[in-house]
Amino acid sequence: MTQPGAQAFPRIPAGRRQPFHSSWQVKLLALLVAAYAVYALGQLDFSYDRFIRGLDNGARFLSRMFPPSYKNWDQLLTGFIESMEIAVLATFFGVLLSLPIAILGARNLMPAWATWPARLIVTLCRAFNPVIVAIVFIKAVGFGALAGVLALVVASIGFVGKLFMEAIEEISMKQIEAVRATGAPFLSVVTYGVLPQVIGRLVGFCTYQLDANLRNSTMVGIVGAGGIGGALFAAFQRFEYDFVLAILITIIAVVLLGEFASNYVKRIFHV
Amino acid sequence: MSESVALAPMSKVWQRHTLRQKMARTALWLVIAIAVMLSLRSINVIWEFLWDAPEQMMDMGRRMWPPDMAYYPKTVHAALMETFHIATLGTLFSMVFALPLSILAAHNITPHKGLNLFAKTMLVSSRSVNSLVWALLFVAVFGPGPLAGAVAIAFRSIGFVGKLLGEALEEVHFGAIEALKAAGATQTSQILYGYWPAVKPAFWSIMLLRWDINIRESSVLGLVGAGGLGMVMNAAIDTFQWNRVAVILLTIFAVVVIGEVVVTFFRRRLI
Repeated sequence: MTQPGAQAFPRIPAGRRQPFHSSWQVKLLALLVAAYAVYALGQLDFSYDRFIRGLDNGARFLSRMFPPSYKNWDQLLTGFIESMEIAVLATFFGVLLSLPIAILGARNLMPAWATWPARLIVTLCRAFNPVIVAIVFIKAVGFGALAGVLALVVASIGFVGKLFMEAIEEISMKQIEAVRATGAPFLSVVTYGVLPQVIGRLVGFCTYQLDANLRNSTMVGIVGAGGIGGALFAAFQRFEYDFVLAILITIIAVVLLGEFASNYVKRIFHV
Repeated sequence: MSESVALAPMSKVWQRHTLRQKMARTALWLVIAIAVMLSLRSINVIWEFLWDAPEQMMDMGRRMWPPDMAYYPKTVHAALMETFHIATLGTLFSMVFALPLSILAAHNITPHKGLNLFAKTMLVSSRSVNSLVWALLFVAVFGPGPLAGAVAIAFRSIGFVGKLLGEALEEVHFGAIEALKAAGATQTSQILYGYWPAVKPAFWSIMLLRWDINIRESSVLGLVGAGGLGMVMNAAIDTFQWNRVAVILLTIFAVVVIGEVVVTFFRRRLI
């Protein structure tokens, strides 16, 4: 990486040398962005008046949120247990499916006829937001946790599959050659040549995906795919904002706990 | 060296992991197995629906084909532009809030434990709450419409941008800062001329990444009434017009692909 401005230095006369001055292109770009922001705000019919009214509403909204109400704690608990089940199952099956797909898609191990279908699958899985995938699965398997699990399995394949594929493509081929030279079949090449080199990063991706699935499992419920999201949406529709706050606080706490747990798992695997 | 190994008594055979590590790993596998088994047993899933899924998917595919292309210029295009505005404005808004928070979160710029903790808590809360949930909140505050969507996108992005930027700030090499300090630079000058040039490439690449994610996320915000493509999709799904849903899905796919191309292009120019 070259130093910014390094090549522009000699052309400026010594007396008028200005370090860190911004070029006219940068200023023009900033101006364009500002103009766009004003235009777009107009398009979204954003007005000062509406903003003030919104703040007013927001204040009332906040005052109705406090104090958080845990009186429906049993509903909260069942919702969260379902969310966690969705996250665990989606991560497990998503990682299980993304392993073979990633190995098939790695260009340093496989010929082109195997890599491009695998890459297409991963791209398709990544293209759509889990909520949209959840809607499609709700049509296919009905309302409930199954649709949520399937939607997050798709999301997991898209994320873990892509990163794992890239990790495999970065490995050192020397060890693969050494294992191949002993006459090992393909499966042994994978287990003794490929996996030991990438297992550390795989653990990292899996723990991250478990985290992401936990967060997203709260979201797919909003469209009816099971978990705490359903309770959250229902509480919104009944204007029980104190219960909404209780759910939000619990979501943040669970996500934080999940982060601690994944750090612990990474320590066990020395990542 | 080899002699000493050969002479060592049998009980000292080299082992890769200590007993403790082995036990930790076994325990972890057990926990994973138990979590998956428990989830599988207790999750509320009607398995017959899963076997029925391929048939239902085929049925949906038949209903979607052929996509109602005439629907695009009528409604979808305007919704698409709205989605674009929501994502871009949301990203710009988030920049305004994320910059100060990331400075407060970086312990080398703000050597104050309390402020660090405060900023980190804000960032974690912003990240833990999904953009769809933020959208629900802001629809309640600002009323249904794209404004709620833009603010929701901004609030979800603050945590993401702030966390990554804060980490980038903490990794800034100390030498340049020390030189500025020695020259008597104020805190502001240190940030402007020491930290900012060092994190500038990282900052723009984070913003681009987030913009790309925001385009995808803002396409679903409409499901809860926050404007954009999701609103049109919701209307089409509620009236079972699957060939219109197909048009919207195709639009989203095209936008995602174009977004990826644009981001790759800019990233190559910037970094």
